[in-house]
Amino acid sequence: MILDIEISDLRKLTEYIKTKGNYDFTNYAMSSFKRRILRILELYRLPSVDALIEKIESEPTFLEVFICEITVNVTEMFRDPSFWRQLRDEVLPNLLLNHKSINIWHAGCSSGEEVFSMAILLKEANLLDRVRIFATDLDKEIIQKAKKGKYTLKNMELNQKNYIRFQGKFELSKYFKEEDGFAVMDPSLVENVTFRVHDLVQGPVFNKFDLALCRNVMIYFNQSLQNSVLNKLHESLFNYGYLCVGSKESLIWCDSANKFIVVNNEEKIYKKIKE
Amino acid sequence: MRNFKINSDYKAVVIGGSAGSFQGITKILSQIPEDFPLPIIMCLHRLKHVRNGFVEALKLKSTKDIVEPVDKESIRRGQVYLAPANYHLSIELGNYFSLSTEEMFNNSRPAIDITLGTAAYAYRHRLVGILLSGANRDGGIGMARIQQKGGLTIVQDREECMISTMPQAALDLAPMDYELKLNEIIDFLNQLHKKLNS
Repeated sequence: MILDIEISDLRKLTEYIKTKGNYDFTNYAMSSFKRRILRILELYRLPSVDALIEKIESEPTFLEVFICEITVNVTEMFRDPSFWRQLRDEVLPNLLLNHKSINIWHAGCSSGEEVFSMAILLKEANLLDRVRIFATDLDKEIIQKAKKGKYTLKNMELNQKNYIRFQGKFELSKYFKEEDGFAVMDPSLVENVTFRVHDLVQGPVFNKFDLALCRNVMIYFNQSLQNSVLNKLHESLFNYGYLCVGSKESLIWCDSANKFIVVNNEEKIYKKIKE
Repeated sequence: MRNFKINSDYKAVVIGGSAGSFQGITKILSQIPEDFPLPIIMCLHRLKHVRNGFVEALKLKSTKDIVEPVDKESIRRGQVYLAPANYHLSIELGNYFSLSTEEMFNNSRPAIDITLGTAAYAYRHRLVGILLSGANRDGGIGMARIQQKGGLTIVQDREECMISTMPQAALDLAPMDYELKLNEIIDFLNQLHKKLNS
C-alpha cells in the first residue's frame, strides 16, 4: 500500500535536523512537510525516515540537498496579475510620492520569479534606479538559481500569460533571451538586487524596508511560527511601510495584526501603522 | 428509495470532481438540507488562473453558503468549503485547513488526492469521501486512503459519469463501499442528515 510516515518519525527528524544542521522545521505545517519528506524518500529511494537520517549522518553534503528538497520552490512571474497591477498603480506611486528612494524585501524569494517581476514592473515605470531590492531565501542553491534568472521555456509560457494579464507595456520576451532551451533573463534587471541567504525563522532582522513581499511563504508554517515571523516582518518595516502576503493568507490571528491596516483585502496588501 | 446503513460518528464529507462533475455538484448542493451539520469540503479541478467566479457559480443554486478557506482557517460545522484556485488544500490535525503551492499533482493544483488524503489522515473512519466524474486519475489514491483508514467511500456510478476515469481510478486501487447515481448520493446525504440530527 501507499507509504506513510508517523508524526513521531517527523518529530525525530526535525529534532535531528535542528541539532545537526541548525535548521528548525519544528513548526512547519504538518501535511505539506510530510509530503516533502515522502517526496525525498521516494526520490532517493529511502525506505524510512530512519534511513533518511542515516543518509544525512553519513553524507555531510546531503544536508544541503535535503534543505533544497524540503523547501517548496514552485513560483511564477506575476502570479496573481491583479496583485501586481495594484502594486504598480497604487502602492509604489504612494511610496515614491514621499520618498526619493525605497527599500524592497522579497522574503523567501525562491528561484527569483517575483524578483524579476518586480524589476520589470519598476523598469517599465522608470523607477528601477530609485529602488533597492533585497531578495532572501533559506536555501543557498535556490538563491544561486535566482541570481542566474534562468528558467525553462515551459514555465516561461505561463509567465508570459501572467505578464499579459498584468498588462505590461511590452512583451515579456523583451526581457530574456533563449539559450539551450532555457530563458535567460536580462541580468541588468537585477544588477542592483542583493541576493542573500537568510532564514526567516531563525535569522535576525537585518534591515528596514518600505515594502516587504512574503507571498505564499508563511503557509508552510503553523500558526505559532506565522505569529513570530509576522513579528519579524513588522519589525523589518518602516512605519507606513507595506506588507504583501499571498492571496489566501490571513494575518488576523497574529499578535501584530492590529499594527497593520488592510490596504487591499482581495490582494492581501497591508500597511504598518504602529511600531 | 434505497436505505443506507449509516452510523452517526461522521465528522466531515469530502467531495472530489473534475470534468463532467459541475452539474452533479450543483445538484447535490441544491438538494442538501440547509442545516446539514457536517462540513463539506470540495476539491474540484478548476482553471488555475481564474481566482474568482467559481464559488459564485456554485452558490447560485446551493442551499448553503460556500467559501474558499484561507490558510489555517478553522473548519466549522455545517460550512461548505471549496479548494481555492492554484493552491493545494490540506486538512490538518487540530481541525483546520492549510494551503500550499507545491508542485502540481496529477497535473492538478488543487489536487483531489491531497485534499482527500489529508482528510483521511485527520478524520480516519469518521469521514465520508465522494468521488464524481472526471477525466484523469486524481482522487483515486485519496479514496484508497479513506478506505484504508476505515472511512466511507462513494464513487459516482460509472455509467452515469460523463467521464468515468476518476471513479475507475479509485475502484482500481481499493474496494469502494458504494457506486451510486447522483440521486442516490443525495438520498445518502439526506439519510445521513436525519441520522445525525436524530
